[in-house]
This record gives sequence, C-alpha cells and structure tokens, in this order.
Amino acid sequence: MEFIAANDLDEALAAKAQHADAQLLAGGTDLMVEINLAHHRPTRVISLRRVEDLKDLSPGRIGAGVTWARLERNGHQGLAQAARTVGSPQIRAAGTIGGNVGMASPAGDGLPWIAAAEASIEVRSMERGARTIPWNEFFIGVKRTSLETDEIITAVVVPEDVPTAQEFAKVGARNAMVISTVSCIVMQGDDGVRVALGSVATTPMRATRAEEMINAESTISDSVLSEFARIVSREVRPITDHRSTEAYRRHASGVLARRLVERSLR
Amino acid sequence: MNVTITINGEERAFSVEGHESLLSALRTELGLAGTKDACEQGECGSCTVIFDGESVCSCLVMAADADGSTVTTVEGLAPDGVLHRVQEAMLAEGAVQCGFCTPGFVVAGSHLLETNPHPTEPEIREALSGNICRCTGYGAILRAFEIVTREGS
Repeated sequence: MEFIAANDLDEALAAKAQHADAQLLAGGTDLMVEINLAHHRPTRVISLRRVEDLKDLSPGRIGAGVTWARLERNGHQGLAQAARTVGSPQIRAAGTIGGNVGMASPAGDGLPWIAAAEASIEVRSMERGARTIPWNEFFIGVKRTSLETDEIITAVVVPEDVPTAQEFAKVGARNAMVISTVSCIVMQGDDGVRVALGSVATTPMRATRAEEMINAESTISDSVLSEFARIVSREVRPITDHRSTEAYRRHASGVLARRLVERSLR
Repeated sequence: MNVTITINGEERAFSVEGHESLLSALRTELGLAGTKDACEQGECGSCTVIFDGESVCSCLVMAADADGSTVTTVEGLAPDGVLHRVQEAMLAEGAVQCGFCTPGFVVAGSHLLETNPHPTEPEIREALSGNICRCTGYGAILRAFEIVTREGS
C-alpha cells in the first residue's frame, strides 16, 4: 500500500488527479473498520488529516475536515444535536462531516440536516476547480454520490436563510454507539416546516408531501399532527434489514417527525 | 513504511504495515500491550489512547497516518510505576473485574479530567459512553470517578 500524507489541499488534489483509485482517509472511523474487519486492502491512501484548508467552520461553510466534536459545540442547533448522537466521544473526536458525506450511508447522521438545510456539497479537482452540487444531486444511492474520481469533498455550503428553529432525533437500540434505525430533523422557518429523514431510503430524503400538507394548515391541531405523521409514514421508503423492519421504520418516522414538530413549536 | 511517533514522551521510529492500525503497531511493534485489542471497530473503547490531544480509538487510526503525532497510552499515565489518580480510585473502589476494559476507562477518564477537572455525573457518564465493560461493573467505575472528581475539587 502506498500512503500519501497530503500537507495541503493542492497536494491532496494533485495526488487524487494522479491516482483515481486512491482511497481518501479523513477521520478513519469508517475506512479503518473496513480494513480491520472486512479485510479491505486499498492500494493507495491519501490522508487529509493534515489539510488545514478543510478545517474551517463558519455558519455558511462547514469544512469537510470538521469533526463531530467541533460541530457538537459550534454547529447549527440541529447539526449539533445530530453530532451529539454520533458514536462515542472517541468517534466524534476523529470522524468528520466530510467523511459522512463521502460515505453517503443511508444512516449518515449528518445527512438529514444537510437535506433540510438545502445545503450543497462543494467539491474540487485539480483540473476543473470547484463545483457546488445541490444535496439531492450529490446523494444518488446507497453509498453512491456524484463525486468524480479526481475530486475531493471540500465543504458543506449552507444557505444564509437556513431556519434557526431545528430539532433532530434518532431511534436506535441504545443511547451511545448506535447506528440509527430512523433519524429525523425538523426545521421551522419563514417558508414553513421542513422535514428530512435518514435510514428510511437509499439516500437522505425530504418528506415533501407531509411538508405541503402541514404548511397548508393555518393552525397545528392534534388532528393535523396525526395526519402529518401518517403522511410521513407513508412517504418514507424504508427496507427491512438486520437493524429493523420496514413497518417499524415507517411507524417510527411518523412518531419522530410529529414529536419534532411539536418540540420546534415550543 | 517508517514512522516516527512520540509515544509517552519518547520519540520512537519504527516500521509499520500499510494497513496496520495504531493499536496493532503499539502492541506488536512496540510491545505496549496495555492498550487492549477487542472489537477493532471503535465500538468498545478498550484501545483508547490520547492522539494529538484527543481521546480516540487507536484501532481506527492508521499507523502510517500517525507519523509525526504525539500519543499517550495507559503506560504513559503511570510512569515509574506511580499510579494515576484514576487508577488509584479504581483500585480503592474495586472497579476492576476481569480488567480488560480498564486501560480504556483509565485513558478516557484521565482525558476527561484534563479537559474538564470538575465534571458533573452526566458529564462523567457521557465521557465514558464509548467504553464498554463486559463484566457490567459500571457502578464501581462511576463511583471511582466520583471519588477522583471530589478529590480534584
């Protein structure tokens, strides 16, 4: 295995341009599990740990190398809540949002927030420079993204008008060290309620029909919330796997979405 | 490939395999067996070390990527055989059963006290939430940390 420790973004981009097959290494919390347990043997690894350009954090731009530990303390409310549910303190000290985006697991804890915020993914290549891809064009399937082989994820770009009322929750077998069974975020802004969910489709998804329904109502009564939850449950597209069943995920999606709307109204 | 890592205050230069974890390098290349190898997927915390000032799972650090870093293992917390106050408290409370998880708890707990000298009980539980004790000896472990916290105040 060839190991390339990039000292800055230019070095990383040059290495990626030269070696399309090179595996990018950020916090290592996913890649090392594949190496340790699945005996994955990459031929080349480019480490981004030393690339300071990726570590900037501001409300409008979250560098790909920003760790969960930093987001937990300094992020937008809903993203901080999501960051707090990632793994354990040890995992959050290492794992990055860029890694979460690049892995594009349906269970990625940061991804529903990105969908609700209508954030974009900024990527860069040596040859073509930077491009910014809307989240729903970036995530295209289970662990599949529209990132080209010579590109590196550089940041999550957050629109200025992202609602400040944000509530995140996830369901799992226990509190710490858990991969989500269903995750959900609700945002409330001038344009109404936004709902995004994780672990219930091949990619993070917005519950757009449920959003339309609730945003057409002038008062949020109990019956409106029940109908809203029912639409969320119908709208998600979960599967049955080793972590849960389709039926439970549908049920939990509606319950979580309703609860978070209630919480964000308080 | 060759790496140079400052481990427990001493600069060590040695060779690692490409896919090798820092955990494996510590145990097999350097003979520092205090850091325990259990799940190899960041779930159990028994391999916790301080890596460039952060408490992390050494099984999830690629050894090659640790080149130039500073690492503290459980051995580094008790130089010259003088136990760390977390270790003393765990001894006093009988917070060690089979002992396998103990180094991870000691390292994660010592890091907590470094960064937050007077943690509350929820903060202690949170800081130790990435460490699993298969003997389920959590009660005694938490009591040990309460003792250390009281001493520190």
